[in-house]
Amino acid sequence: MEFGVIVFPGTWSDTDCYVAVTDNVGQQARYVWHKDTDLSGLDCLIVPGGFSYGDYLRPGAIARFSPVMPAVQRFAEDGGLVIGICNGFQILCEAGLLPGVLTRNAHLQFRCQWVNLRVESTDSPFTNRCDVGDVLAVPISHGEGNYYADDSTLDSMEENGQIIFRYSEPDGRVTDSANPNGSRRSIAGICNRERNVLGMMPHPERCCDPLVGGEDGLAIFRSILDFTERVSPTAIG
Amino acid sequence: MTVSQEALDELALSQAEYEAIVERLGREPNSLELGLFGSLWSEHCGYKHSKPLLGMFDAHNDRLLVATGSENAGVVDIGDGWAVVMKVESHNHPSAIEPYEGAATGVGGIVRDIFAMGARPIALLNSLRFGPLSESRNKYLFEGVVSGISGYGNCIGVPDVGGEVYFSPSYSGNPLVNAMCVGLLKIGDLRRATAGEPGNLLMLVGADTGRDGIHGASGLASRTFEDERELRPTVQVGNPFLEKVLIEACLEVAQSDAVVGIQDLGAAGLASASVECAGNANAGFRIDVSDAPRREAGMEPYEVMLSESQERMLIVVKPGRETEVRQIFDKWDLRSDVIGEVTADGLATILDDGQARGRVPVRLLTDPPLYQGDSSVKPLTGPELDVSSVPLPNYSPSECLSKLLGSQNIASRNWIYRQYDHQVQTNTVIVPGGDAALLRVKGTDKGLAVSTDGNGRYCYLDPFVGGMIAVAEACRNVSCTGALPIALTDCLNFGNPERPEIYAQLEKAIEGMAEASRRFDAPVISGNVSLYNESRGEAIYPTPVVGALGITENVHSHATVGFKREGDLIVLIGRDSLESDGSDLGGSEYLELIHGRVAGRPSIDLDLEVAVQRVCRELVTSGIVNSAHDCSDGGLAVALAESVIAGGLGAEITAPVSGRWDAALFGEGQSRIVVSLSADRLSELRAVCEGEQVPYLVLGTVSGADLVFGDLLSVRVSQLAEVHRNGLVDALD
Repeated sequence: MEFGVIVFPGTWSDTDCYVAVTDNVGQQARYVWHKDTDLSGLDCLIVPGGFSYGDYLRPGAIARFSPVMPAVQRFAEDGGLVIGICNGFQILCEAGLLPGVLTRNAHLQFRCQWVNLRVESTDSPFTNRCDVGDVLAVPISHGEGNYYADDSTLDSMEENGQIIFRYSEPDGRVTDSANPNGSRRSIAGICNRERNVLGMMPHPERCCDPLVGGEDGLAIFRSILDFTERVSPTAIG
Repeated sequence: MTVSQEALDELALSQAEYEAIVERLGREPNSLELGLFGSLWSEHCGYKHSKPLLGMFDAHNDRLLVATGSENAGVVDIGDGWAVVMKVESHNHPSAIEPYEGAATGVGGIVRDIFAMGARPIALLNSLRFGPLSESRNKYLFEGVVSGISGYGNCIGVPDVGGEVYFSPSYSGNPLVNAMCVGLLKIGDLRRATAGEPGNLLMLVGADTGRDGIHGASGLASRTFEDERELRPTVQVGNPFLEKVLIEACLEVAQSDAVVGIQDLGAAGLASASVECAGNANAGFRIDVSDAPRREAGMEPYEVMLSESQERMLIVVKPGRETEVRQIFDKWDLRSDVIGEVTADGLATILDDGQARGRVPVRLLTDPPLYQGDSSVKPLTGPELDVSSVPLPNYSPSECLSKLLGSQNIASRNWIYRQYDHQVQTNTVIVPGGDAALLRVKGTDKGLAVSTDGNGRYCYLDPFVGGMIAVAEACRNVSCTGALPIALTDCLNFGNPERPEIYAQLEKAIEGMAEASRRFDAPVISGNVSLYNESRGEAIYPTPVVGALGITENVHSHATVGFKREGDLIVLIGRDSLESDGSDLGGSEYLELIHGRVAGRPSIDLDLEVAVQRVCRELVTSGIVNSAHDCSDGGLAVALAESVIAGGLGAEITAPVSGRWDAALFGEGQSRIVVSLSADRLSELRAVCEGEQVPYLVLGTVSGADLVFGDLLSVRVSQLAEVHRNGLVDALD
């Protein structure tokens, strides 16, 4: 299958994502410049981390107006897979592809550290290889990852199984002390109602090789691969 | 004489220097021309007090790709077509005035030095010094600097993988903020800061030019200052987003054969960038300042030339090829303007809207007067130590260990580095908190180890030996990961060199560093000098900061600090007993923290040091040992504590102690590394040590949940971990 990695000015996880899906997962990938609109042939879009447009105004607030974004919207509406990581999550929220918003970490500092993610739902193209309750060790690196949505939105997301990951202890218990940024209900990753768009603050592309810390991120990229293979077996390279 | 003393003071020029300018020029310079001289003859750009001494860094090895000091940063060949570029630079004075922006623009500046050479920046390190956190001003500076590094570094996508921070009253009022950057490139992609042939075009790209930072090089970095408020406008404001875009655009442009040279605009802005490029090509240049995009109307040529607005680069382009270069910058939404051209006349000609406003020979600007100090003067040093005058403390060994582990200088730096993205680019094999950071080089099995070090207290007590130890420790950190030190970069932070006893400190420290650099076959490939670090008439501790680069051919075979397996033997490399005459308490963290004294003379045997490091690398790369950690601040006991904390395993030390227990536990004798290994591999360790004639001592075993040192101390590892983890956080509360 082929991944598309979108590059905005200020994006910095583009290469990391590219390396993860090619070197570590063995698939095809190409970069998509934010002024391009041609997404043909792509099976999954990655909106990577970074500081698109310097996070000026608000993270993702300017990137959402980039020329590529209407194409991303159509791609998602047509059922294409989209995964937004860190700044990518922020952009997808700003663009209205995902509910809620990411605000400044509750303690007001940037955080780069390993966290544990409890898998809350496996009914998604991104977690079908996991079991509910699995705990993945994945790094975070952000200053504005504090997920917020109002109660009724959160309730309906819970009902629809849209919460994909929560910050947890290594044994899977969801506690305040395991929540690195103050996110409501310890939310680390969510999907849309249609389940084909995922946003997550942690960086799965940073843990696809044991030499640099771990391999738990592979579960997500391999889930995407399995899903794509089932839907469209010919797309697999 | 038509120039006022006030005008000269602003440029940090002396009357004698002014007279030299008049004599060499054959006339009085106008104010624009004088500004050019002031900037380029400043200590920061011209190294007029330090250049004669820097020649002592004469080590070479065949990895060196460009002559030291000739380019923006040093370059070494790491094999298989790859090269590494690195440099460390100070931003002390701006950070003392405005810590967030001072530190942020320090990071920005050093990163530009690296990508100007066509290298992708792959790692940042920071070496920081502050006064004690008990003073609110120091706390403000510390928090501001950390957040400035975090704010800028995180945004540009370069991992911040290491460094060190120390606190001492010596740095109150004059903190040190040294930023180091490492870059990676294919050798064929190397770019030079050269103007090339006459007719080439000078293109200014990136930010517009404003009135900020004028006299940064001369005023801020090249003299002492008492009233910081008047200098606040000389500190620039960084835009890390623009920097990130500049990195990508310049690396793309660097691939084009339309580009002849690339130079960043740092201290003294356009003046220094254009003069250096032209000087490197023995050429002249003509710049029309009206072609430079400016932030406000009415800027004088003087202001345009000396502005230190950040995030700007000078690109030298072949004539007629400017459109294709501009297209790349357009793609990145970056402004690019041709502002002048290279000339054959050897003159720096500055025009404003076609009218010549200044014209001086480039070679005069690049040839400042050099000052040699009086070598007969003894350096300023601290008191000697009569060990018998130091009583055993009223605290128990366990209490002393806890105090040291929780002290500002030894406590965990996690509070700092968790605010820095240290993993982006997914190369970080050993993260901050160990002896050195280790990065993989994708597509190869190679690893690069990087570390910074520099103990100002040692250098204050003995600048020559302190200089040697700074190099030895930085190399030792690298060796502990298994990597071979191959190159050094340095930042020399000293007081006012016009004071003979300070100049002598500088001279002795460089002598010591140069000696150690030769012995490690690790040449100093780049560096920076920061003088005039004084406040309230007192110089800081002489503080040479050394950045070391090491290489390993097999990144998979490396060592980290923590003990790995219950039952492993713990061995000390470099000593065969724990006997001490107490002299290694001199200059120690223990002596200052517990006894309130800074005294004594550090010492090092470079023969032993080199051999110990060779042994350590052999033990690590051949997989004999499971961990390695050097003894530095706080001595053996702190090294052991750090290894048990990192591994989450206890240790029982059974080797006998004779003489003073405080010296055995906390003395800071050099050339010692603690390793752990499976008992069945001890004979291999013995063979390696004997082969190098390096002494070793079996200390004990990894076992239990406590750190037990004979009958001297016994503490829960969890308790040590808590003290270590909270030390810095508590000091900030």
